[in-house]
Amino acid sequence: MPSLLEELKEIEVAARSQLAEARDDAALEEWRIAYLGRRGRLTLVLRALASLPLEERRKVGAEANRLKEALGAALAQRQAQLEEARLTAVMERGRLDVTLPGRPRAQGRLHPVTQTLRDVLHCFESMGFQVVEGPEVEWDRYNFEALRIPRDHPARDMWATLWVDYEKDGERSMLLRTHTSPNQVRYMEGHQPPIRIVVPGRVYRFEATDPIHDWMHTQVEGLAVDEGISMADLKGTLAEFVRRIFGADRKMFFHCDYFPFTEPSMGLLIDCVVCNGEGRLRDGQGCSTCKETGWIEVLGSGMVHPEILANVGYDAERYTGFAWGMGIERIAMLRYGVEDVRLFYQNDLRLLEQF
Amino acid sequence: MRVPVKWLSEYVDIALPLPELARRLTMAGLEVGEIITSGGDWEGVSIAQVVEVAKHPKADRLVLATVELGGGERQTVVCGAPNVAAGQKVAFAREGVTVIDGRTGKPTALRRAVIRGVESVGMICSEKELGLSDYHEGIVVLPEDAAVGAPLASYLGDSVLDFDLRPNRPDALSVVGVAREVGALTGQPVREPSIEYAEAGPPIKGRVTVEVPARDLCPRYCAALIEGIRTGPSPVWMQERLTAAGLRLINNVVDITNYVMLEMGQPLHAFDFKKLRGGKIVVRRGRPGERLALLDGSQKELPPDVLVIADAEVAVAVAGVMGGADSEVDDKTTTVLLESANFNAASIRRTSQALKVRTDASNRFEKGLSRELPKLAACRAVKLMVELCGAKAAQGIVDVYPGREKEVRITVTQERLRRVLGVDLPVSRVRQVLGSLGFSCRHVPPDRYVVRVPHWRTDVRIPDDVAEEVARIVGYDELPMTQLRGEVPAAERQPRRELRERARDVLAAAGMQEVVTYSLTDRETLAKVLDPEDMAIYPPLRIANPMSREQEYLRTTLRADLLETLASGLRVEPGVVALFETSRVYLPREDDLPQEVESVCGVLSGVKPDRWGQPQGEAVGFFDAKGIIERLLAGLEVNATFEEGHDFAYLPGHTAAVTVGDGRAGLVGQVHPRVAAGFDIDQDVFMFELNLEALLPHVPDLPRYQPVARFPSVEQDLAVTVDESLPAARVQEAIEGSPLVRRARLFDVYTGPPVPPGKKSLAFSVSFQSPGHTLTDAEVEEERRRIVQRLERELGATLRG
Ligand SMILES: [Zn+2]
Repeated sequence: MPSLLEELKEIEVAARSQLAEARDDAALEEWRIAYLGRRGRLTLVLRALASLPLEERRKVGAEANRLKEALGAALAQRQAQLEEARLTAVMERGRLDVTLPGRPRAQGRLHPVTQTLRDVLHCFESMGFQVVEGPEVEWDRYNFEALRIPRDHPARDMWATLWVDYEKDGERSMLLRTHTSPNQVRYMEGHQPPIRIVVPGRVYRFEATDPIHDWMHTQVEGLAVDEGISMADLKGTLAEFVRRIFGADRKMFFHCDYFPFTEPSMGLLIDCVVCNGEGRLRDGQGCSTCKETGWIEVLGSGMVHPEILANVGYDAERYTGFAWGMGIERIAMLRYGVEDVRLFYQNDLRLLEQF
Repeated sequence: MRVPVKWLSEYVDIALPLPELARRLTMAGLEVGEIITSGGDWEGVSIAQVVEVAKHPKADRLVLATVELGGGERQTVVCGAPNVAAGQKVAFAREGVTVIDGRTGKPTALRRAVIRGVESVGMICSEKELGLSDYHEGIVVLPEDAAVGAPLASYLGDSVLDFDLRPNRPDALSVVGVAREVGALTGQPVREPSIEYAEAGPPIKGRVTVEVPARDLCPRYCAALIEGIRTGPSPVWMQERLTAAGLRLINNVVDITNYVMLEMGQPLHAFDFKKLRGGKIVVRRGRPGERLALLDGSQKELPPDVLVIADAEVAVAVAGVMGGADSEVDDKTTTVLLESANFNAASIRRTSQALKVRTDASNRFEKGLSRELPKLAACRAVKLMVELCGAKAAQGIVDVYPGREKEVRITVTQERLRRVLGVDLPVSRVRQVLGSLGFSCRHVPPDRYVVRVPHWRTDVRIPDDVAEEVARIVGYDELPMTQLRGEVPAAERQPRRELRERARDVLAAAGMQEVVTYSLTDRETLAKVLDPEDMAIYPPLRIANPMSREQEYLRTTLRADLLETLASGLRVEPGVVALFETSRVYLPREDDLPQEVESVCGVLSGVKPDRWGQPQGEAVGFFDAKGIIERLLAGLEVNATFEEGHDFAYLPGHTAAVTVGDGRAGLVGQVHPRVAAGFDIDQDVFMFELNLEALLPHVPDLPRYQPVARFPSVEQDLAVTVDESLPAARVQEAIEGSPLVRRARLFDVYTGPPVPPGKKSLAFSVSFQSPGHTLTDAEVEEERRRIVQRLERELGATLRG
């Protein structure tokens, strides 16, 4: 009769080879019962130990316990293997073609002019300017007269006007605002310095349209009034705007300009973003965006005329201020490379869905 | 205003290349729109003088020519031209400048070259190299008077500066005015044109009388008499200048008046003296019904209050605008009465607009000219007529000057300059800049300047004007840049704007595309979408001077523009098109500006996408539109109710009115097919509209926190049968009226057997909950019974199943 030790060896060999054959949970359970169950072969050996002499019992006992642990571990390992294999099989069966398109969701977008306007306003809001709004249909008084542009003033030619069919005392007095500047006076009438506002809105001109002019466009007016505000602050504020909206590389050209409601007045050009200020494109063609000048007018500005401050009751010796007006469509054109301003309000979906 | 550069250089030396000069002028406020050149722009080519010609050490045909470039700068180049000689004025191109290659005929940039062992930098140019002709056998030799160092373009060829001037600078509508600016910007002295002439004729006194009854409109009137004129063409040099400046040539007399206008900025008019009745000039207002034949051939009825120039009997010119045909200078004219006057700017502008006649004269007068100018310009023109028309000038000039003004003096402090410009400029710099512009400037220590304004600067009147003068000549780019300091003003809430921007975000997030359409439309388009009665209540405001019939009225609704845009969208997009706009509509008010109502309009139509994005799903329907407006209202934190609504543009029975608070805030529904057809849309279109102004009072500043329920809820289904016409919302309201019901959700609507005809079954999932304790089954049962009783009693409902 073989010794118990030999039997243990034989059990181990048989158990391991059988375990390797087990393919499912049922087989594993069967295997467990056959070797480790209450009547399992190893259990029987352990029970038989009692009848052995002490010396042998200790030797065989130690070996039997080792084998019990080893088989338990082998079972756990085999279970893990089978589980892994099962999951792999499941994944394989249900493998997705991840390159298929997603389920369609409706995509809405804001108009490119809205997006640009928001970026511009956000830029000034972060500099402490507050956004306010005013009427689009205006009195001559606010659009012109309060801005030092009386009737019969030649500067009226700078703002070709659409008049509302309304007369008072034989004179037309209601119009579609030609700029957002009326809000300078409107706001100052109701507020005391310090003031920092930006006023966005639609403005209208009696103007033939071309690729860079539309009769309706969106303007942003800016106004700051306080003690100690100078042209240096105006330049600094506008330079910061250019840096944030057009990037740090743009060159700026500040020049003397004329508006009846600012003194001194200042225009701002930046070097053309399309041809990089060269006036010519890479292929040698003339650049149409800047009309081959290399420069693009971005805005008009200046120090608020002291008469306007005085007319709203401010002490024009004590307070100074600056103001500017800029066209948002122009900025949108430059940012997105749109070559004709009229495209914005034709609302072709094939254009709008690109923004 | 076109200024030929050669003409300009008669009054000031041009020491800068033209593009740089144009840049400086633009920076100073005289915008140069374009530099028009004939013969090439010759950038980088300047006038030089050959000072020495030496033999080339290794080549017989070549010489080493040393040229003086101005300012002591010299350059030695290898030259192969046979005609080069010391003392010649030549055209010199520096290294890097583009010239025409003599052999290939193509523009090439000049490079440093070693020719037979001798380095050569730059080139003395031939006509071919300058692009003037094909002649390449010798260099161009310029006349003696060419100024060394000046750009070639300023001497040879014709460059014209085309200015886009602002209306505040009528003084710059003249070559001399531009010369003054150039002088100030480049430190060059200005040579004023000569106004001296011999008075060889008899005195004017006694032969010409000038009366100015309209003193308020004519501050000054000068008249000169020139006799023995031989009319004919003006000299070639004058013709060239006038043509280059863009003027038409007439005859020597008229050309001279135009020439002096361009030169000095003062419009002049020449009358044939013999055609003036009574030897008399009367500056008066026009008489009722007075008519005049103008020089341009038109007949004008003179508007009331117009200022005219009359002889003893009738009007002979519209003052400051245009002369009359009857007193025109022609080839038989021998005696000219020359008018050089100052007229009221506003009056001239009114007249010019009333007559719809704009001339070079009216364009200048309306901007307000110097009152000192008429006499100077009259003398200048008389001098030219004497010299160029073989004429004799009468002794003296009649000068009626009722509007003489004191010289303008402005006191400006250093402190003000610093405040406005943000920089402390040295006293010497301020004085130098102002002096260069013709201002006289006395510094009164410690802080004041007393500035006398030259007569031609009618635009400078206050200290800040002086600040601008200083800044624009110093250069705006020289001013520092600083950031605003000081207190940031307290912000005020802008609820209207916040609401509108939130609406935009919510609608875009809901899958709608924002569009922006024009505010003006035509009446017919509005009539397509509006009830005639509504049109009568809010008649759209009309534009008095519309650009076209399509842009004649301010819109009172966004509907029409959205439907129009939808129609064009459906032509390019096979699936769903969903568009919205948030803009104002303009509702008229009596004797006031219109009410500008912030409005939202959305339109959607088309077939929804299937799994693959193909437009093969179900068609967009009423509940898609309603879902979006519900989402919008939820996004705006506004509670609204919906009930059946009616409107001209909507299909009855497929339309809901949106009520917020007690008022109508909008509509949602199917666009009436008849209205859709008006926009060439033949499929179902759904639309919603919201008046944001109506929502405003109902928008909470911030959402109000409700404690999360601490006790569990009990969910039960409740199905009732009601009349088919009963709105489901009524049933839901009744269920939710229970204090123990947190929410009731409709989940099924069913008609058909076993529900009797004319009835429908509504199934709700009801959530019972108490804020104070956990509900017992008995409490829920009891409350459920009460609800059912109320539904039966109030709505005629019966419990189902
Ligand atoms: Zn460009």
